[in-house]
Amino acid sequence: MSLNQNTARAASRALAGAGEPDHGNKAPKVGVFQRRKGATQENPAVNVILTIILSLGAVIMAAPLVWMVSTSLKTKDGVYALPPEWIPDPFVWDNYVRVFQDTYVLSGIKNSLIVAISVTVVGTVFSSLAAFALAKLRLPGKNVIFIALLSGMMVPFPTLMIPQFIMFSRIGWVDTLLPLIIPVILGNVIMIFFLRQYLHNVPDSLVEAAKIDGASYLKIFWTMILPLMRPAIAAQFILWFMAVWNDYLAPIIYLNTPEKQTLQVVIANMNVQYATQRDYPLIMTASVISVVPILIVFLIFQRQIIESIALTGSKT
Amino acid sequence: MATTAPPAETTTWSKEDAKAAKKRSRRMHRKEHGWAAAFMAAPVLGWVAFLLFPMGFSIYASLTNWNGIGKMTFIGFDNYVLLVKDPYFWKALWNTVFYMIGIPIGLAISLALALALSRKIRGRTFFRTVYYIPVISSLAAIAILWQWAYNGDFGLVNQALALVGIDGPNWLADSTWAKPAIIIMAVWKGMGYSMLLYLAAVQAVPRSLYEAASLDGANGWKKFTKITWPMVQPVTFFLVVTNIIGGSMIFTEINIMTPTGGPEWSTASLVWYIWNKAFRNLQMGYATAMALVLGILVLIVTAIQFRINRANEFSID
Repeated sequence: MSLNQNTARAASRALAGAGEPDHGNKAPKVGVFQRRKGATQENPAVNVILTIILSLGAVIMAAPLVWMVSTSLKTKDGVYALPPEWIPDPFVWDNYVRVFQDTYVLSGIKNSLIVAISVTVVGTVFSSLAAFALAKLRLPGKNVIFIALLSGMMVPFPTLMIPQFIMFSRIGWVDTLLPLIIPVILGNVIMIFFLRQYLHNVPDSLVEAAKIDGASYLKIFWTMILPLMRPAIAAQFILWFMAVWNDYLAPIIYLNTPEKQTLQVVIANMNVQYATQRDYPLIMTASVISVVPILIVFLIFQRQIIESIALTGSKT
Repeated sequence: MATTAPPAETTTWSKEDAKAAKKRSRRMHRKEHGWAAAFMAAPVLGWVAFLLFPMGFSIYASLTNWNGIGKMTFIGFDNYVLLVKDPYFWKALWNTVFYMIGIPIGLAISLALALALSRKIRGRTFFRTVYYIPVISSLAAIAILWQWAYNGDFGLVNQALALVGIDGPNWLADSTWAKPAIIIMAVWKGMGYSMLLYLAAVQAVPRSLYEAASLDGANGWKKFTKITWPMVQPVTFFLVVTNIIGGSMIFTEINIMTPTGGPEWSTASLVWYIWNKAFRNLQMGYATAMALVLGILVLIVTAIQFRINRANEFSID
């Protein structure tokens, strides 16, 4: 066994090449004790094979997105080139000018921002206040309230969309952004759930002490609870923002006028409209524009987002 | 659950004492109750106005013949009878269930990826990011992109298949391949999320378990089935539940990639059909009935899963 491992390590060193000097070197020289320790040690050959498989997978994951960006820089005819052109020839930056001049992408961005920012900012305040009350304040029956709120997560939006639509059409809110904002701005059950869970790690005595010191509940929330919750809030906030930004079903129900539509609806409609004109580069340009802002946010806050998602799994 | 409940010191008291004490504490904490109620007010209000009320309204509307604007004519359970006889409803339900094949496939790949990425592999962070990017991309944009990628003549998918000598079908225009096409896209888009959850779970498994198993002479497969798989089971459960709830609502990709429900109606999902009935055909009563049936189906399936999960529960200290 130790011989096999030895050859494998040598092979991996050879495969890894000069570009990766410390690959496989971490293991100390194979000695008498090596075999016992080797039981939990990773086989470098397996790691090399896995790296190759992961790389192939990464190509499959990235190719469509790379192609989207590449197409956004092509001419109309360049799209149909066979074999496909990965590097556009010529580069057509004009698509990015046209997409703002000739389409509703700009108003789409504006509307999406209005919805996403108002919902997440105000909604986060409501959610964290509720989480504070549910976790740390006394109220008879508050657990019943919590369970009731949680039950809302079980009801799929499509089941509610028709009556909600009727409600909003009665008060004349169809074709405005309000039906997208009002029902969600009042608080996000998922966020409440996680923040409440997070606050369970904060000792009750801390809150009690502040109360004895005569601090008001708002003050306790603002100066003590909110700063404590900040990392959890940040992560949930980003996830929520992305969900609202990417939403499609609710906006498509309410928004008819092109300049009132959110970005996702705008690009979906462009897909129908410009496909008949075979203007794929323009459609792809709009798609790139809808993906890029979120991508940048993700890359900046990657660590927090990933931690928060990992938390999602561990809290179940 | 209720960590704020007072400690159980009432045991030594009589019932009357306890009641009196409770009353006293209630009076003492009245101010706190007020603030707590105020802090919870917004989500509770939202719950009543946008969940409870619409649900009640739905139940009534599902018993009427109604176009959403005019008079609601009460017709009893006619909508539900209609629904049982409606071949399109069954087809849409079948399609929706069929899409769920993607769930086990996606989870298997994600777990494999997570296991691979939990090893000391160069560029782990890079891989993690690349696999996760489709998750954060907007579904509308991704659907548009894949619709074009599935194009029979110029699409990326068939170009790639041609490299290995396969003559791909005209995916979305082919009633056999349209559903698999949507499943592949959904797996591609959702994989990164499950992968991250699995990765966190795999890394949380105590190393000592594997070391003990090695000393007992367990091989890799044994270690996987006896340690890793049971240890990540809560994550699997979470993912299956959320994926089924999410999968039952599949709409965006259907509506964008196959705006007419696909060749021979092969891609129409239940939510797509409900949406069409409600907002294109203005059969609000009927659509509401279908939406309620969808909600109840989701509830039943979720309840069954929780039941099964409870039977499988175990703990390690």
